[in-house]
Amino acid sequence: MDTDRLTRFTRTERTLHWVHAAAFLVLLTTGLMLYVPSLSELVGRRTLLKDVHVYTAVAWVAALALVVAAGDRRAVRRTLREIDLFDADDRDWLLRHGNPQGRFNAGQKLNAILSAAFALLFAVTGFFLWLGERDTRFRLPNALLVHDWLTLASLTLFLGHLYLAVLHPKTRHALNGMTRGWVAEDWARAHHAKWVEQARRGGAPWAARAADSQAWTTCQPSTPSHFTCPGASPEKE
Amino acid sequence: MSPPDADARPYGRRTFLLLVAGGLSSLAWGSWASRILSPLTSGFTQLLADALPVGGWRIYTISGSMPEFDPRTWRLEIGGLVRRPVRLGYDELLALPRAEQVSTFHCVTGWTVHDVHWAGVRFPDLLSLADPLPEARAIRFVSMEQPYEDSLTLEQALLPDAMLAYELGGRPLSRPHGAPARVVIPEMYGYKGVKWLTRMELVADQPTGYWERLGYDQNAWVGRSNGHG
Repeated sequence: MDTDRLTRFTRTERTLHWVHAAAFLVLLTTGLMLYVPSLSELVGRRTLLKDVHVYTAVAWVAALALVVAAGDRRAVRRTLREIDLFDADDRDWLLRHGNPQGRFNAGQKLNAILSAAFALLFAVTGFFLWLGERDTRFRLPNALLVHDWLTLASLTLFLGHLYLAVLHPKTRHALNGMTRGWVAEDWARAHHAKWVEQARRGGAPWAARAADSQAWTTCQPSTPSHFTCPGASPEKE
Repeated sequence: MSPPDADARPYGRRTFLLLVAGGLSSLAWGSWASRILSPLTSGFTQLLADALPVGGWRIYTISGSMPEFDPRTWRLEIGGLVRRPVRLGYDELLALPRAEQVSTFHCVTGWTVHDVHWAGVRFPDLLSLADPLPEARAIRFVSMEQPYEDSLTLEQALLPDAMLAYELGGRPLSRPHGAPARVVIPEMYGYKGVKWLTRMELVADQPTGYWERLGYDQNAWVGRSNGHG
């Protein structure tokens, strides 16, 4: 690996991201065309739009499952674990924004969690909307309401995500991580200091996949505020 | 700097599970919350309605595209059990006695639009043109959007706030709203209000409409049908 580049996302992670992004955009576009009367009038072909919307949703679930099944499942599990765990720095970061962060900062973790929950709820309410049209016993009046709320919430989240990934000068370098897989070490040090630290130590699982999770298991708390990591250079606390 | 695992908490999965539980349970409390919050959110909704022409309406169609209205060729036929079958052009429809009303529109799928301003013709004024026979008991409404049709009993069509509307919000009905004319009966769910109307047929026995064949109630009283109330 080039010394000034750090691998941030595996191919599996990037494929998952772009499959999800592509499906989201198609679903959002067709959804708005079905929902906003003036757009409906402009486009007209309602049955076609509805079919595209429904089949994209099915393809989206299937494609995500396929990528996980055929891809690097260990990388996915590792990523899930990172997103799941909020340490003291993460919790502080949400309030004060200063603390050093790992491969994902706390905001990115929250974005991933919200996106996943919204996706699941979209799928469930969407399925009932589809089913309710075919069998009135399954027609849940609130399914439409919840599907609408989810659209508003995820549109807001999406616009924020887009701004930080494409426009905001300080953060937009992150897009490189999601397209080519790597980010510049200087940038990473400013935004994800803890991750760089672990990567340079060589024990961090995402930096050296052969030595998976070495750093996690060898660091033991010696006192409540100090950690001893055998074989690693002395660490700042 | 603290090591990642030492003080880490699984807040990620907790947040995820809470969101999913909240979202799924909102299938039960969603409409209640929407009612409670609507005074707070109506300002925002109004903003959105001004920015986007949403206005709370959702447009449903059953065919590939919405029928197109051509004032030169469109006719409203009133036939069946009548003494004088009638074919009205658009201008002839507009020349009939005009009625206006502000009413609430309820869709059976759970959304509602308040303060809808309609203008159109009351059914007695339309029916008197054709002079229904005594055995006529109901009206079959046929849409240009095939095979959509629905029906009302004469008693229902003669309700004081039922009408054949040709204006919405002070403007001629737009294509998504059923141009040039649609049935409006505020006391019933929207699927009884046939859009893109082209034919009214007086009949002795009330026929089964498009959505009724798919299990919806013939008498779609708001709050008292289709599993509501």
